[in-house]
Amino acid sequence: MAEVEIDQATYDALTGSGVPERIARAKAKAATVRKEKVAEGVEIGPKSADTATKALATFRENYGGGSGGTTTAVLDAPSGRLTPEQRAERVRASLGQTNGSPSIGVPSDSKHTHRLLALIPPSGIQQVSDKQQDKVYTWPHLLLVEFVALLAMGAVLLVMSYFIDATFRDLANPNLTPNPSKAPWYFLGLQELLRYFHPMVAGVTIPGVGLIVLGGAAYVDKNPSAKPENRKFANMAMTFFLVMWTLFVLAGSFFRGPGFNWVWPWVDGLFFEL
Amino acid sequence: MPKLPTPPSWSDIQKNTQDNVIWKSIFRPGSIYRKGYRDTSRDRALAAMNNVLYHLHPVKVKRHGLKLTYTYCLGGLSFFLFVVLTITGIFLMFFYTPAAGAGTELAYADMRTIQASVTFGQLVRNMHRWGAHLMVFTVFLHMARVFYHGAYKPPREFNWVVGVILLTLTLLLSFTGYLLPWDQLAVWAVTVGTEMMGFTPVFGKQVQFVLLGGAVIGPNTLLRWYVLHVLFVPFVTVVFLAVHFWRIRKDGGISGPL
Repeated sequence: MAEVEIDQATYDALTGSGVPERIARAKAKAATVRKEKVAEGVEIGPKSADTATKALATFRENYGGGSGGTTTAVLDAPSGRLTPEQRAERVRASLGQTNGSPSIGVPSDSKHTHRLLALIPPSGIQQVSDKQQDKVYTWPHLLLVEFVALLAMGAVLLVMSYFIDATFRDLANPNLTPNPSKAPWYFLGLQELLRYFHPMVAGVTIPGVGLIVLGGAAYVDKNPSAKPENRKFANMAMTFFLVMWTLFVLAGSFFRGPGFNWVWPWVDGLFFEL
Repeated sequence: MPKLPTPPSWSDIQKNTQDNVIWKSIFRPGSIYRKGYRDTSRDRALAAMNNVLYHLHPVKVKRHGLKLTYTYCLGGLSFFLFVVLTITGIFLMFFYTPAAGAGTELAYADMRTIQASVTFGQLVRNMHRWGAHLMVFTVFLHMARVFYHGAYKPPREFNWVVGVILLTLTLLLSFTGYLLPWDQLAVWAVTVGTEMMGFTPVFGKQVQFVLLGGAVIGPNTLLRWYVLHVLFVPFVTVVFLAVHFWRIRKDGGISGPL
């Protein structure tokens, strides 16, 4: 595109009145363009409302956009929103598909080359909830609760550590197997299962499958409700799992003695170390 | 009698401490320690926004989540215990050698020293051990709490999976640490545990061999489990913790209300 000539009269007048050279030059160029437009018979300045409406109508006639009138559509719907049909109609219209355009967003007989890149849904891209949620400031409300919880747990841990010493036995001796030999307490449920199943089942299959089922539960459970009354089966299954697991851990911890045979702790004593 | 200089008032001291470049560079606007903090909505919002805790918490949270009986703070307490275990663990590392050659069981000897001679050694060791047991417990309860609230449902499914991985990592952290005292309890508990892993189909013996650094538990096992316990598993855990916390916020904060 050729460089626009400077309108010398405007330029001189502006520089003479102390306007910086750079601004004067730009304004002088704009003046040239305006003069050319007037010479071509183009109307300069804001259009009258009448002209604007006519231009819009002509545009819609030519390119098919916004047919039906968006304002009317909104008011037609009882909720004040567009019905799905009206929305589909609007999308078609804005895509310029009323006259069978081959390319999305570019009307076939259009002189314009811009195209529609994306349609933003009315709700926006981010999740927006309709209801105003009942929220409070993290500081001080949440942070104070957390701080107190942290102090309480710290105190429990400190007091416990002050009064109870961690277990410490004789030096490891590979030739002297303690009877019973027990895994850490959280694995005692598995060790208990060893009494009933082959080691591969009790030690690998059950914990492995258990963890996969636990992780996959989020994808298997399609029930959208989080209310306890709507998810009796899920809660029942989890409770069953937790109770069973607790029972196995308790059995392995307190009811298994020498040879991992069954004992009654109040008769034979405890065979449990943390 | 000469007039004594008046001692500075409390507000003078406060002003002199807070009203200088260094203090202001540390405590950003909105900090409760900065001069001019007022209990207004603006400063409450800034207190969260201009704090490193903004990585964990948004400016506002749902009111029902504050109720102690909703979360019992179990996730936060698990993380708190993780931090306590890191700090006490670093302390113990200064005095512990993961060596268990026959006749020169430094690991066991160091444990004795920590308990008998190191200042606060016994207390810190106790905190590390009880804290570890407590953490397994709180993580387990946290999982149950999340399940009963249906908090694993969309959009939080993936974070639930991350949580299950973190539960596994917690057990691994605890179990790898179990061997380090190198006493009868440690070695035989780990023997029972690793024998089960030997029954993994197809490559069970290989898994066991890699984990033990040999056919049976020995000095190699101790070194391996030490590195796993103090570096490898904590590193992986921190990565998953970061994702876990980030996803809580991205998935819409605390679940519910029910």
